[in-house]
Amino acid sequence: MAIRNYILVCGGTACESSKSSRIYENLVNACQAEGVADEVQVVKTGCFGFCEQGPIVKILPEDSFYVQVKPEDAEEIVKEHVVKGRQVKRLLYNKEESKKHAKVEDIQFYQKQFRVVLRNCGLIDPEVIDEYIARDGYVALEKAVFEMSPDDIIEELKKADLRGRGGAGFPTWRKWNFTKMVENDVKYVVCNADEGDPGAYMDRSTLEGDPHSVLEAMTIAGYTVGAARGFIYIRAEYPLAIKRLQIAMEQAREYGLLGDNILGSDFSFDIEIRLGAGAFVCGEETALLASIEGERGMPRPRPPFPAVKGLWDQPTVINNVETWANIPVIIMKGGEWFSQIGTDDSKGTKVFALTGKIRNSGLVEVPMGTTLREIIYDVGGGIADDKEFKAVQTGGPSGGVITKDFLDTPIDYKHLVELGSMMGSGGMIVMDEDDCIVDVTKFYLGFTVDESCGKCSPCRVGGRTLYNILERITKGEGVMEDITRMREIGHAMQKASLCGLGQTAPNPILSTLKYFEKEYLAHIKDKKCPAGKCKELISYHILADKCIGCTACARKCPVGAISGERRKIHSIDLDTCIKCGICLETCKFGAVYVG
Amino acid sequence: MKTVHMKINGQSIEVPADYTVLKAAKDLHINIPTLCYHPDLPPWAACGICVVKLENSPKMVRACATPVSEGMSIITHDPELHQVRKTVIELILSTHPNSCLTCGRNGNCELQSLAAEFGIREQPYEVRLRDIPEDRSTPSIVLNPEKCINCGRCANVCQVLQGVWALEFVGRGEHTVIAPAANVELNDSPCIKCGQCSAHCPVGAIFEKDQTRTFLDAVRDPQKHVAVQVAPAVRVAIGEAFDMEPGCICTGRTYAALRRLGADAVFDTNFSADLTIMEEGTEFVSRFVNGTGELPQITSCCPAWTDYMEKYYPDMIPNFSTAKSPMMMQGAVTKTYYADQAKVDPKDIFSVAIMPCTAKKFEITRDENMYASGYQDVDLVLTTRELARLVKAAGIDFTNLPKEKADSPIGMYSGAGTIFGNTGGVMEAAVRTAYKLVTDEEMGNVEVQAVRGMEGVKKGSVDIKGTEVKVAVAHGMANVKDLLEEIREARKKGQEPPYHFIEVMACRGGCIAGGGQPYATTDDIRQKRIMGIYQDDANSEVRCSHLNPEIGKIYKDFLEKPLSEKSHQLLHTTYHERRVYKK
Repeated sequence: MAIRNYILVCGGTACESSKSSRIYENLVNACQAEGVADEVQVVKTGCFGFCEQGPIVKILPEDSFYVQVKPEDAEEIVKEHVVKGRQVKRLLYNKEESKKHAKVEDIQFYQKQFRVVLRNCGLIDPEVIDEYIARDGYVALEKAVFEMSPDDIIEELKKADLRGRGGAGFPTWRKWNFTKMVENDVKYVVCNADEGDPGAYMDRSTLEGDPHSVLEAMTIAGYTVGAARGFIYIRAEYPLAIKRLQIAMEQAREYGLLGDNILGSDFSFDIEIRLGAGAFVCGEETALLASIEGERGMPRPRPPFPAVKGLWDQPTVINNVETWANIPVIIMKGGEWFSQIGTDDSKGTKVFALTGKIRNSGLVEVPMGTTLREIIYDVGGGIADDKEFKAVQTGGPSGGVITKDFLDTPIDYKHLVELGSMMGSGGMIVMDEDDCIVDVTKFYLGFTVDESCGKCSPCRVGGRTLYNILERITKGEGVMEDITRMREIGHAMQKASLCGLGQTAPNPILSTLKYFEKEYLAHIKDKKCPAGKCKELISYHILADKCIGCTACARKCPVGAISGERRKIHSIDLDTCIKCGICLETCKFGAVYVG
Repeated sequence: MKTVHMKINGQSIEVPADYTVLKAAKDLHINIPTLCYHPDLPPWAACGICVVKLENSPKMVRACATPVSEGMSIITHDPELHQVRKTVIELILSTHPNSCLTCGRNGNCELQSLAAEFGIREQPYEVRLRDIPEDRSTPSIVLNPEKCINCGRCANVCQVLQGVWALEFVGRGEHTVIAPAANVELNDSPCIKCGQCSAHCPVGAIFEKDQTRTFLDAVRDPQKHVAVQVAPAVRVAIGEAFDMEPGCICTGRTYAALRRLGADAVFDTNFSADLTIMEEGTEFVSRFVNGTGELPQITSCCPAWTDYMEKYYPDMIPNFSTAKSPMMMQGAVTKTYYADQAKVDPKDIFSVAIMPCTAKKFEITRDENMYASGYQDVDLVLTTRELARLVKAAGIDFTNLPKEKADSPIGMYSGAGTIFGNTGGVMEAAVRTAYKLVTDEEMGNVEVQAVRGMEGVKKGSVDIKGTEVKVAVAHGMANVKDLLEEIREARKKGQEPPYHFIEVMACRGGCIAGGGQPYATTDDIRQKRIMGIYQDDANSEVRCSHLNPEIGKIYKDFLEKPLSEKSHQLLHTTYHERRVYKK
């Protein structure tokens, strides 16, 4: 019997942790129970990107988009939607507008997105190679091996003008060309899947949702540069991605798409997985290579660049997951097609992990050149809880903040750097009026200080010194000289650190000093935290004219700092108060204020 | 040689294509400040002080690690570079104790010099010191993590130059310390006590165990008869501590200084180097001609090397010469033969050795064979650096001291004895005597060029009247591995050993660049010290150990003959397998 419905269940890590596996099982069981198992195919796919609303279940061909699905909803979905043809309205994302349809294209979150990298995520079962092949998978490899010379491939990448998505944006064709040009018997291809920015998960989702795209791309690179071995360096904290990669590799080998004599040609290439142990710095390419070699993950000076002298001193092409995922499409559709997407400076799309104080957090893929405003307000749905937008941090913990004035800047490599930030791997963290800029900066710096490998002194010592200055400022112990000192240290770190981690670690400070110097000065001079975040600089008070003496705050206060009789005005003993903020949350009358 | 054209501060220069920016600048007499860089080691690129600007690039690059390229244009000095470097130095200083006045490196600390050059007058950043206790577990060196600036030189020396891997980076980020793996104590680690880490440390974080006080107490004690020996390599290096040229031969001045410091008798380890050759040379001829033992015979006078072998190559123990090191032989005959001759009670003799080496401090108590005289044969080892400090503190004008002679009957030496001080020397000295032992004729030209020079492993053969003796010489501990593997391989295949005689010294260049020698040793300085040693040999009237009259006398009056029972009792030792990690 023909399949009349496809039920796609998100199998990304976020949805998995919200029991999407159970949803999947329940759906399969329900189909059986209802006798429709032959007509319905339930597919566990990769990430849909709309993580805010997960777990997500999508039904084709109606394109119904069910959100926040629970395992117990499975039966209803099958009985109502599949059997009776009636959408389960309470689970639809667009409840109000969904009188007739509830199509994905109607969802604003997806409207400005353009999926190249994530083309198969949420569509195919990543554990079944046939589904990848059905979506033109491995067509690029076949074309590369049988119709193109290595030079043709490099030429295509050059036309595409693809730049590395790992952060610095180095032209991919040049990297490949360097390695290709070196005459050497042994060369390597490496995939950097050591994604580590807080809040960023585009690489994980790509590998979980479409592992073959990376395998295919690496194999094409092997053919282009003349390498026979590839390594995927992936953090051990990504078990699902690792599992799906392993399954994908096995299936690819079975199909003759990996291993000896690929597609019957005389080209052989195979890939191995190496697990990272959770050091952020191992995302830096030379540290990553050292780690694969079994050495301590510490960066090495460049030049020589890995393209010429990399893994075990052999020429090595190393790209990150997102870069790899672009390759098969470019080979298939041509560099020209790709170069039409994006801006003059940056071609193609970019995947961002949109998080923070945003309505629709999730993974979004937009053409380069999309403005921040479009991403935050159109795709992201604006600031959560109708708060005021304050800034957005791009480029992860080593990026910088971008303020309201620059929301209309088209996002590409050049513009972000001009604004004192960077593309990084694509983290995008939105801050609202409640966020203290000094406090947030301290958080980012804390991360890079923890993750410094300790090799070079500017990063090792400078990072900690900066962090401690920030800590003093948030405690109200800052002095005016701190501003100059932070700039001095930041500059020295940018210029004299050995690797990208140290060179960019001061970015959050330097950029917030540039755009929010006033907020620093408020902490230093006035000993005030305008956002009310820095505990040492705030105190809680009760407004006499608003307090009705309901005693709710006094009952909730964990340290008994609030006193007052019923129906009488309460007061907070500042010496006892631990500034936990529970009274503020408890009071329904707006009588508690932060001063 | 391929060259490239480049510009540094606008000046054009053509340099070899394998140069770094740092080297090219040096050719133009431009000093780029460095800290973690050391010419003995591949650039580690950690400290961030040698940064320079690449023209038309916003980035700064490290001069130590950046290869030159055609058309490159470099700026080495401008106000921005000055500021960046200064900030980095200030940051480093904020993690380094401000205890220069009481530090062993006061006056020759590389960080102190940088701070002075950059005119640092305040500590702008919060000072954070690491509260980690000193590691005093070995008899040789002290690790003081509080003073460590994580430049990585020691770990790289230990791993790259020595192949020992006792020191490693432990922990991450600001918590990174350089220590033995898993934070075990140094004495429980693979450490061979060679002290190269202490010789390369730019600050006072790794330091020889200072025992100058013990020496001063001994010379103050009227009961004690202080008998001092001076190692071959000391004489060509100690002058550097008094601003003399490296390689300047200071034998007589050193004797004189020791006497002024209160030594009762001054001998020379070179005497016992001759003695070693008599024993070891005879041992070799016996193995080579009569097949009395394993071949190749491997020298055993370097205590760091024997320690390494006992840990990593215990299967080679039968190949080791059983002859003790010259220092231990000298100690043993001081408290027996000399005590007898001078009518001094051996229990009153305080036997001191001035050595270029920190491992020697460990050797004197390494096992029961080091008490052959019935007492501890050598009571104290001072490094060249410690002696220099004693001389300065005693107000002795070293440069203008008269050149005195050593005391009899164990102070005279041949040129063969003196060349023990550098790589290839033990081999060459042995060949000179082996030739005589095998052929009963003196060698014509005693200089064996095949084993001279700075190459890490030297292989050659010596023709002893038609008999080919295959020899190999290795120095720098990391270089010995391949040689030993070659022997293991041949043994496994049941083949003839590829060599008959092998000399190994743990330190690059041999003892002249030992871990206890004056600071700032580079290959250039090694060469000069080696030239000094060969000069001392060439100046010697007697150039073969067996021709040293005092050697003849000690065998006649005391030891009878090489490998006699008495020799075995006093001058030979045994080896045992040791665990790489004790725990």
